[in-house]
Amino acid sequence: MSVSSVKRKIYKDTMLSLSYACMAITIALVFFLIIYVFVRAVPYFSWELLSTSPSYLDETIGLLPDIMNTVYIIFAALLLVLPMGVGTAIYLNEYSNRPRIEKIIEYCIETLAGIPSIIYGLVGMLVFCQFLGFKTSLLAGALTLMIMNLPTIIRTTQESLKTVPQSYREGAFGLGAAKWRVIRTVVLPCCIDGIVTGCILSVGRMMGESAALLFTAGFAHNLNGFFDAMESAGATLTVALYVYAKEQGEFEVAFVIAAILMFMSLAINITASVLARRIRNKKGV
Amino acid sequence: MLNSRKKIIDTEKIAYWIFLILGIMNVGFVLMICVYLVLAGTPAIAKIGPIDFLFGREWASTAEHPKFGILPFILTSVYGTVGAIVIGLPLGFFSAVYLAKMAPKKVRLTVEPIVDLLAGIPSVVYGFIGMLVLVPAIQEIFSLPDGSGLFAAIIVLAIMILPSIIKVSVTAIEAVPEEYELGSLALGANKIETIFRVVVPAARSGISAAVVLGVGRAIGEAMAVMMVAGNAANMPYSIFESVRFLTTAVASEMSYSSGLQREALFSIALTLFIFIMIINMILNMFLKKGIKR
Repeated sequence: MSVSSVKRKIYKDTMLSLSYACMAITIALVFFLIIYVFVRAVPYFSWELLSTSPSYLDETIGLLPDIMNTVYIIFAALLLVLPMGVGTAIYLNEYSNRPRIEKIIEYCIETLAGIPSIIYGLVGMLVFCQFLGFKTSLLAGALTLMIMNLPTIIRTTQESLKTVPQSYREGAFGLGAAKWRVIRTVVLPCCIDGIVTGCILSVGRMMGESAALLFTAGFAHNLNGFFDAMESAGATLTVALYVYAKEQGEFEVAFVIAAILMFMSLAINITASVLARRIRNKKGV
Repeated sequence: MLNSRKKIIDTEKIAYWIFLILGIMNVGFVLMICVYLVLAGTPAIAKIGPIDFLFGREWASTAEHPKFGILPFILTSVYGTVGAIVIGLPLGFFSAVYLAKMAPKKVRLTVEPIVDLLAGIPSVVYGFIGMLVLVPAIQEIFSLPDGSGLFAAIIVLAIMILPSIIKVSVTAIEAVPEEYELGSLALGANKIETIFRVVVPAARSGISAAVVLGVGRAIGEAMAVMMVAGNAANMPYSIFESVRFLTTAVASEMSYSSGLQREALFSIALTLFIFIMIINMILNMFLKKGIKR
């Protein structure tokens, strides 16, 4: 064999093995993270931990308030972000007839997507907690989460609006329907699963968010009804994990929270990808 | 008849205006964020002096004669981000090449959701695992008094930016026209040479976009870093130094800050925001270039 062909073989083999090795490392990493958390958390799982509030008198820790706070804040934020996000997407895809306004809005959405969560947290604190006087509360947290998740909802809705064939719209226009009626009765029903996918992705992001909620939603572990909770401070699961692990050294509780979060994000991922596949299949037909 | 038609026209108009206003509100949010950050961030910079603030080497916010120099945080953020890219980019790049060009379809369909999982794990969970696994490991391996510091933060960040690097790179590599590949193969290059010498250079700008996206992620991450970086306001002279990033400098003092200290924290946030805006501008440039080609 000539020198150059030996060189070529070496090049080929190195690059090939590097690619395989890096992929293997990445996959191993994911499995390590998942298995490690679940294995360490399993011994500490108990019904009491999940179904009680923490008590300073008995010195017990319970996660129910944190779980409920997470559910409340996600529900409230979703309720706020859906009309905003879907509305913006409809404007951009269906109504917009002024390219300049459209460009500005698009640019702003890109900017929103790039801002780190700690800055959302600070601005949320300044605007919602102080200026608007909501104090540190789940409502302030939910409003902050709303702004953070706008880009996700807008993008997924836009994507699925694009998949609705133009002929559907033209058909409806041809029957004499006006724009809003066409959107309401023809276009939106066609892209409902795209919007649902966007919601699921947003729920995942909201559930995992912590830096933005630290200063807007606070640390309290009180169990409240929905409307009381909105007005009072409360820790979500992620914030509780941070507090228990970093400030109180309660690693057992922290592992249980990490396992819950991990399990939820697994479930959300699987649901989102199943939905996305369904949409893709439909598009193919 | 005339009446009902008028009513229809009205709902149409109202719908148009509602959607327009919803769209404009997004612009309002961005303006709100900018205005509030500038309003809250500039007074302290003016009081401390921009040069002392940006290039001061000492941060002692609660001392008797407080010093507000954020150079340690800026350098830490830069080093941390560069380190995360140095580790995360090769790992992500080769994984992306494997996924896009070498993997059988079945393997790819199972591996891609696994990579997505990595993106879905909350950052506090990364920080927590880093705190319990990585920090003791570093302490053990390098026989240090404390394992938490810049190095631990770099590794956590490298893992956190992996999914975005892989995803964007895969898209970029796949966007390269098949003719390039066929041409190279026809000239006698083997498959690996074709991939690394023809396809990858052609996907350059997309892969650069992946890097910039990773930089943005790494520089903005707060919670995971806070749990593993040690959190002392040191200059990052050594890779094992206990350090604060721009993000963690804000987060760690916010809850008990007051007066000028609090204002200075907002100035740090403003600095971080400017960094991010510059990175986003570069990202957009690369993405546009990729589309044009």
